[in-house]
Amino acid sequence: MTADDPTLDAPAPWLEVDALLDDPGTRIVVCCGSGGVGKTTTAAALGVRAAERGRRAVVLTIDPARRLAQSMGISELDNVPRQVKGVDGASGGELHAMMLDMKRTFDEIVEGHADAARARAILENPFYQSLSAGFAGTQEYMAMEKLGQLRARDEWDLIIVDTPPSRSALDFLDAPKRLGSFLDGKFIRVLMAPAKVGGRAGMKFLNAGMSMMTGTLSKLMGGQLLRDVQTFVAAMDTMFGGFRTRADATYRLLQAPGTAFLVVAAPERDALREAAYFVERLAAERMPLAGLVLNRVHGSGAAKLSAERALAAAEALTDCAEEEAADIPLGAAAGAAENLEPDGIVDHDGGKAASGTADGPSPAPAAPAGHPPVSAEQLAAGLLRLHAERMQVLARERRTRDRFTALHPEVPVAEIAALPGDVHDLDGLRLIGARLALDPTHTDAPD
Amino acid sequence: MSRLHVVSGKGGTGKTTVAAALALALATEGRRTLLVEVEGRQGIAQVFETEALPYEERKIAVAPGPDGASAGDAARGGRRPGEVHALAIDAERALLDYLQMFYKLGSAGRALKKLGAIDFATTIAPGLRDVLLTGKACEAVRRKDKQGRYVYDAVVMDAPPTGRITRFLNVNDEVAGLAKMGPIHNQAQAVMRVLKSPETAVHMVTLLEEMPVQETADGIAELRAAGLPVGGVVINMTRPAVLGTGDLDIAARGARAGVAKALSQAGLGGARRGGLAERLIDPLLEQAREHAERVDLERAEHAELTALGLPTYELELLPEGVDLAGLYRLARELRRQGPI
Ligand SMILES: Nc1ncnc2c1ncn2[C@@H]1O[C@H](COP(=O)(O)OP(=O)(O)OP(=O)(O)O)[C@@H](O)[C@H]1O
Ligand SMILES: Nc1ncnc2c1ncn2[C@@H]1O[C@H](COP(=O)(O)OP(=O)(O)OP(=O)(O)O)[C@@H](O)[C@H]1O
Ligand SMILES: [Mg+2]
Ligand SMILES: [Mg+2]
Repeated sequence: MTADDPTLDAPAPWLEVDALLDDPGTRIVVCCGSGGVGKTTTAAALGVRAAERGRRAVVLTIDPARRLAQSMGISELDNVPRQVKGVDGASGGELHAMMLDMKRTFDEIVEGHADAARARAILENPFYQSLSAGFAGTQEYMAMEKLGQLRARDEWDLIIVDTPPSRSALDFLDAPKRLGSFLDGKFIRVLMAPAKVGGRAGMKFLNAGMSMMTGTLSKLMGGQLLRDVQTFVAAMDTMFGGFRTRADATYRLLQAPGTAFLVVAAPERDALREAAYFVERLAAERMPLAGLVLNRVHGSGAAKLSAERALAAAEALTDCAEEEAADIPLGAAAGAAENLEPDGIVDHDGGKAASGTADGPSPAPAAPAGHPPVSAEQLAAGLLRLHAERMQVLARERRTRDRFTALHPEVPVAEIAALPGDVHDLDGLRLIGARLALDPTHTDAPD
Repeated sequence: MSRLHVVSGKGGTGKTTVAAALALALATEGRRTLLVEVEGRQGIAQVFETEALPYEERKIAVAPGPDGASAGDAARGGRRPGEVHALAIDAERALLDYLQMFYKLGSAGRALKKLGAIDFATTIAPGLRDVLLTGKACEAVRRKDKQGRYVYDAVVMDAPPTGRITRFLNVNDEVAGLAKMGPIHNQAQAVMRVLKSPETAVHMVTLLEEMPVQETADGIAELRAAGLPVGGVVINMTRPAVLGTGDLDIAARGARAGVAKALSQAGLGGARRGGLAERLIDPLLEQAREHAERVDLERAEHAELTALGLPTYELELLPEGVDLAGLYRLARELRRQGPI
C-alpha cells in the first residue's frame, strides 16, 4: 500500500505553535483527542507559553492530574479562573486557570435563567440532581457552556480549552447537539401536556396513544419518578430557549476564524486512527483545524546507529564478557570491573535527572544489593540494547506518523518529545511548551 | 469464584484489550465466556479484527488450549476448546427489549421510539442508559439453559473508565431511590444484588505511571466505599528494566573509557576522544539515564500498587502492538498468573 511508503509523500508541514500563540487573531484554542494522550498537559503548557510571550490567557482544564492542579494553584473547585503564580509576566502577559466544576456550571445556568423560586424548584428536583451530577455527556456540554461564559466575560485575549476524557474525542461536539434535538423533541411536549398536542381532529388517535403512553411510563417508572421528570421538565421549560440559543452560539464560536483546534495524539496506531477520524469530522463541521500535536514522541541523539547494528554489537560484547568470566576463577569475577571507581557513587550531576530521583544527600547504592558490579562490557552491551529498543520505538512511531500524513498531508504537525517522568509543575509545562514550539527541521541529530 | 468480571481503569490503559484477553483466559476447556462492551465503540470488533458487532450474542473466538496448545490440538485431543462470545450492548435496543420483556409492548414500543422517548431515556437521562447496560450484563450472568446450567461460565465487561465506574455500577441504587416502586425499582434492586455479591469482581487496569496509579487507588477507595467488590489490579504494558540507576552512576563517573573501549571492540568505531565510539557514549548514556529515571518511577508506582493489598497481574508491553496473536499471548499470560 502506498500509505506505508513514506518516500512517496512530502513531510507534513510544520505546525508553528509560537506563530499561532502570538497572533492576536487567535482567541480560542481547543485541545482535543482521545483519552490519556496529553490534552490537559498540552493545554496547560500552551497557556504558560502564551502568557510568557505576552498574552492574557486563561486555561480551562478538565480533571487535571492532582499534582498539576496543585502546582497551578487551581485545586480548589470554585469554578472561577485564578491567576497562576510563578508565570513570568515580563512581557506583559498573565495566565489564569480553572478546573471545570460540572455540577456548579449546571447550577449557575439554572440560577441565571430562572427566577429564584423556579431555580430552587429545579435545583431541589431529584431528577435534576442525578442528571447534573454527571452522567456521560453532561461534562462535554458543560465544558462548552463554560467556554461560552469565559468568552462573554471578555477579560482574556486567549482562551485555551481542554476537553473531557471522553469515550470518543468527538463527544464534545455531539453533546450540545444532542441536547438541542432533545429540546426540540416531541417527547418533552408529551410529558408536559399530553392534551396540547392533540388539538386537531386528526390528532385524536395520537392523543389516545399518548395517554396510554404516559400511563405506561407511569407504570414503568413509578408514578413518582414520572412526576419528578414532569416537574423538572416544566420548570426547565422557560430556560430551554436560553439553552438552545447558547448551545448554538457556542457552536458558531467554535467555527469562527479566531478559533484553532489542536488534535492531540500519541504516535500510536489507534490514537492516530482516532485523530484522523477527528480531523475529518472537524472539516465536515467546518471547524478550523490548526494542526496535529504528536505527544510523547521519542528521539535519539545517536540515530545513525541502527537497531540491528546496536544489537549485533551488544551480542558480541556479551559473548566475549562470558568467555572472560569463564577464564577467571569465580570469586575474582568482580575484578573484571577494573575500570570502575572503587568508591563509586557521589551525587550525579545534571539537575534534571538528579532532582527527579535523588532523595537528599544519602549515598545511593551502586547496584541492587547482592548484585556484583557490572563490567564495562556488560554496561556497554546494556547501553546498546537500550539503544536498539529506542530505535525500534522510533521506527514504529515514524511509520504510524507517516501513515497519518499520507492520509492528511495538509495537516500541520508539531511534536512533543516524551519526557521520562510525569509533567506536574510549571517547569515541566515550560519544557513541554518549548519542545512543542521547536522547529522539527532543527531537532534531528546533527550527523 | 466470580462470574461477572468488570474491567475498568484510566482511559487508554488497555481496558478493552485486557477484557478481551481475560475472556479468552477464562474460557478454559469447554467453558464459555461472554465479553460485553457498553460504550458503543466497537472496541471488541477491533481487538478481534472482525467487522462491527450487531446487537446479538455471537461466538467470536475459540480459546487457546492448555499450555499453549492451539485450539485445533485441543479439539483433536478430544477436549472441547473454550469459546468466547461477544455482545456490544446497545442501550436503545436494550430498552426496547426491556419494555418487551415486562409489558409485551410491541407496537407501543415503536410508538415510544417515534416520539423520541427512547432517545430521551438513553441520552438525556443517561442514568437510565447505565441501568439498561448493567441490567443486560447481569441478565447474561444469571441466564440458565433448560438443564438449569448457566449459559455462560463467566461474563467479562469492558466497562467505563475509573472516573465513572462507581457511578455506573451504582446507578441502580440511585434508580431504586428515584423510582420507589414499580418494576424499574425491583429490577434495579435485583441488579444491585448481583453487582454487590461476591459473584462480581471489579478489576482495574493500570500502567506504571503516576496518573493511572493514582486513579486506580482513588477508584478502588470509591468502589469499596460503595460496597462494590474489588477484584485485582492488572498492570499493563510493563517493560523490562535493562539498567538501574546504580549502574548508570558508575558509568557516569568512572567507566567512560572502558565503555568506549568496549564499544570500539564491538566494531563501532574509534575509542579515542572524538572517535566514533567515543562520540556514541554521551547520547547512549543520556538515553540510559532517561530509562533509569523511568525505571525508578515505575518501581515507586509498583510499590504503591502493591500497598493496595490486592492480587496483581502483569502484562508486558508487546512492542509491535496487540494483534490477534498478541491477544492470545496476553490471555495465556493471564491464565499463567491466575486464577483471576
Ligand atoms: N510529553 C510527555 N512526556 C511525559 N509525560 C507526559 C507527556 N505528556 C503528558 N504526559 C503525562 O501523561 C499523563 C496524561 O496526560 P494528560 O492528563 O495531559 O492527558 P489527557 O489527554 O488530558 O488525559 P484524559 O483523557 O484522561 O483527560 C500525565 O501524567 C502527564 O503528566
Ligand atoms: N500489553 C500491551 N502491549 C502493547 N500494546 C497494548 C497493550 N495493551 C494495550 N495496548 C494498546 O494500547 C492501546 C489502548 O488499549 P485499549 O484500547 O485496550 O485501551 P482502553 O483502556 O480500552 O482505551 P479507552 O479508554 O479508549 O477505551 C491500543 O492500541 C492497544 O492495542
Ligand atoms: Mg485531561
Ligand atoms: Mg476501550
